[in-house]
Amino acid sequence: MAFRIRQIDVTATGREIVRERLVEQPRLTIGRAAENDLHLPDLALDPVHAELLDAGAGQIEVKALGPLPFTLDGASTRATTLSARDGGELVFGGTRITLSEEDGVPVLTLRAVVGLEHTDQAAGFSVASLLPGRRRMGWIAALLILGFLLALPIASHMLRGPSPSGNVIGDGTWSPGKLSLGHHKLEGQCETCHIKGFVAVRDETCRFCHKDTHDHAAPNKLATARGSVPLGRSMFNQVSALFNRPGPGACSDCHVEHEGAGKMPSAKQVFCADCHAGLKETLGATTLGNAGDFGTLHPEFKVSFVSNADVRSRSRLSLAMHPREDNGLTFPHRLHLDAMGGAARMAFSLGGGSGYGKALTCANCHHASDDGVRFKPIEMERDCGACHSLAYDKIGGTVRTLHHGDVAQALADLSTYRGAMPLTRRQRPGAFADGGIYHAQFSAPPVPMTAFAKNGVCGTCHTAEMRGGRLAVRRVTLPTRFMDHGWFDHRAHRQSKCSDCHAASGSSSASDLLLPGIKTCRTCHAGEDSGAGSGGGKKFASGCAMCHSYHPIDAIPRPRYMAFDERKGG
Amino acid sequence: MARAADQIKARRAALHEGFLRHAGFRWLKASAALCLVLLVIYALADFRPRAGGSTWYGYATGTLGAGLILWLTALGIRKRAMTPGAWSLKAWTSAHVYLGLSLVIVATLHTGFRFGWNVHTLAYALMMLVIVSGIFGVIAYARLPTALSANRGDTTEPQMIEAVHAIDRQLELAAQPLSRNQTDLVIAAMAQDPFGGSIVARLSGHYPRCATRTAIEEIAAASAEAEKVEVLLIRREAALIRLRRHLRLRGLLEGWLWVHVPATVALLAALTAHVIAEFYYW
Repeated sequence: MAFRIRQIDVTATGREIVRERLVEQPRLTIGRAAENDLHLPDLALDPVHAELLDAGAGQIEVKALGPLPFTLDGASTRATTLSARDGGELVFGGTRITLSEEDGVPVLTLRAVVGLEHTDQAAGFSVASLLPGRRRMGWIAALLILGFLLALPIASHMLRGPSPSGNVIGDGTWSPGKLSLGHHKLEGQCETCHIKGFVAVRDETCRFCHKDTHDHAAPNKLATARGSVPLGRSMFNQVSALFNRPGPGACSDCHVEHEGAGKMPSAKQVFCADCHAGLKETLGATTLGNAGDFGTLHPEFKVSFVSNADVRSRSRLSLAMHPREDNGLTFPHRLHLDAMGGAARMAFSLGGGSGYGKALTCANCHHASDDGVRFKPIEMERDCGACHSLAYDKIGGTVRTLHHGDVAQALADLSTYRGAMPLTRRQRPGAFADGGIYHAQFSAPPVPMTAFAKNGVCGTCHTAEMRGGRLAVRRVTLPTRFMDHGWFDHRAHRQSKCSDCHAASGSSSASDLLLPGIKTCRTCHAGEDSGAGSGGGKKFASGCAMCHSYHPIDAIPRPRYMAFDERKGG
Repeated sequence: MARAADQIKARRAALHEGFLRHAGFRWLKASAALCLVLLVIYALADFRPRAGGSTWYGYATGTLGAGLILWLTALGIRKRAMTPGAWSLKAWTSAHVYLGLSLVIVATLHTGFRFGWNVHTLAYALMMLVIVSGIFGVIAYARLPTALSANRGDTTEPQMIEAVHAIDRQLELAAQPLSRNQTDLVIAAMAQDPFGGSIVARLSGHYPRCATRTAIEEIAAASAEAEKVEVLLIRREAALIRLRRHLRLRGLLEGWLWVHVPATVALLAALTAHVIAEFYYW
């Protein structure tokens, strides 16, 4: 058994000197001591560092003899077995020994190396070698953000011209949310409202367009009513004032923009309750009751009604005081709505073909307005005339009818009455109304003297009186609205029956105000913060804004009065 | 004496305690308490018209959040000085992790859950990116070093690459008798940079265009010489696999910083833009 040892040395000029010798023994020792077969004068090695043994079948066993390891194919080890045919690379200190085989003889090629040759590749181990620098990435992103999202809009805002077309560039990225429906057209024109940098939107800016918006109350009253505010908000207000931000009572205090497309939400109940829940205490002299929550703290409704028909004077009283109105009419609802009464029976005999049901219903006389919110004013001919015919004479095929609302004309017409009407025969209701034939038997004959008497064709509903030396009827005033400072939408209550709220069937006098009180509303409505849902068996959460407006604006209809003589110019 | 010994023991235990468990989770408790207080206030307070940055709570959480972000960023400077004690770097890092996590609550409550395509949400998104990458970093620091040292065994990084080069030197000799086509394959394998490949390959450990693998597959081991080369190539591949696994683990261990750090710098810019824009268009 032998090893061929090939030592390669490199001269200073780079020339390689190859020395070869054959060592015919099965075991070789390696170390820095001179007696070793492979003498490597290297202080990093032990005197006798390792041995190489021929293990037979072309296998070479390498074993460290001292405490120090050696390197095999780049890895540290203390013992290994190599195949001479497959080869391998051993490193002992500064010497690399490559194992190979030539003609069945294992060859050991020795070559000096200085340390590890590839330490310069250490940087490759870090991902930094594959990625751009962290700081560079950060700086680029930061400069882009500061440039496009901050510097550009500010510069553009400061340098914009006075013309409204000079839109600020890049401030769209500042918008925290879409504008509400009313301000939709201002989308992207931030500078319309945000006029000066670092100055919060002022009331003057809002008033530039909203010229007609009235104040809720006098500023000093508002300030008094606001009373003391909770700590968190009062601190916030103080800080706001410090930075010149509009405080309580400013438009933007209630109307917050950028809350998303759609209708700007109504002010929340708390905004009203802040002052109104304790208004009596803070303001002292006020006729308003405390109101903080519709379900739990709200005074009974005050209604505006006609208290004297003759002079058309209005009074405003709480329903709790059971006010009675004087609209100038004689009209018993009960008589008309009693299911067993004459009016009901008449409606029944007329039947569905004429628009009637089993009895007379509210809708037979009261007609919803076009928007469905309220009801059209009563028109005698349309709403009463089906039964209360004004026909008084018949000449040939022509039925002569009195002119409703015109007393002088009625008197003139009746003065020519010839007594030709077939008054003794009771006929179908509605026959004279709109071209039919009927005259109510319950009226006295329509002659001037009896028509205005009680139970006469006019006197059934009206009261005759002398005005300016002439025969007249008492003025009739039928309001279309009763609530001055709130509103009610009948359309939203279509699912309810009229009688759910209006106790008309029990009313035998026209002076009964058939308006429901707050108790009736509370069967379905509760305050905004009551935890009530929006239906589904529970009560409706109802904020103040459902019926009230903070700003008394003209768009909310004021009560209008409809009277017959107004319409007919009398 | 016994007390002094106990103190030394405790100090030694503290020295070996990680930044996550530092001082009995002091900063975890502090952050949790902060979040709890903020959540309770959020639940109970009455915001008008609704929660968001422009309420007193919004300004308070906004100021707190911005302050926290600035302080958290300061770790980048603070980490350069390793000091022991109550204000040690470890304590600072522990606070950095837990207070950083609390920002998720602080900032989300600050937004009032209002998001959009604007500079405000950009700042929030960047902050969340920083936090998520930070969470990844904490997990990586907790788990990967074990895997890294298990893979490395006794070898050092230079030894790992030296192993490949040792095999390359043997390949150089062994491939001498091979045909042109076969030597081209060997050259291609040796020429491929062990540190090459994309960042995706580095982090997934999956190298689909490995020339060593191609060479192993295509060198037909018809002769004894070719067979020897193939054996060397297989050993080269084994060395490469170990190296690549090391690179992957190291990449994961430090790679999150390439998100964390640039996103932090971008966040500081977006935060500045957010705050200034908010008050410029007040």
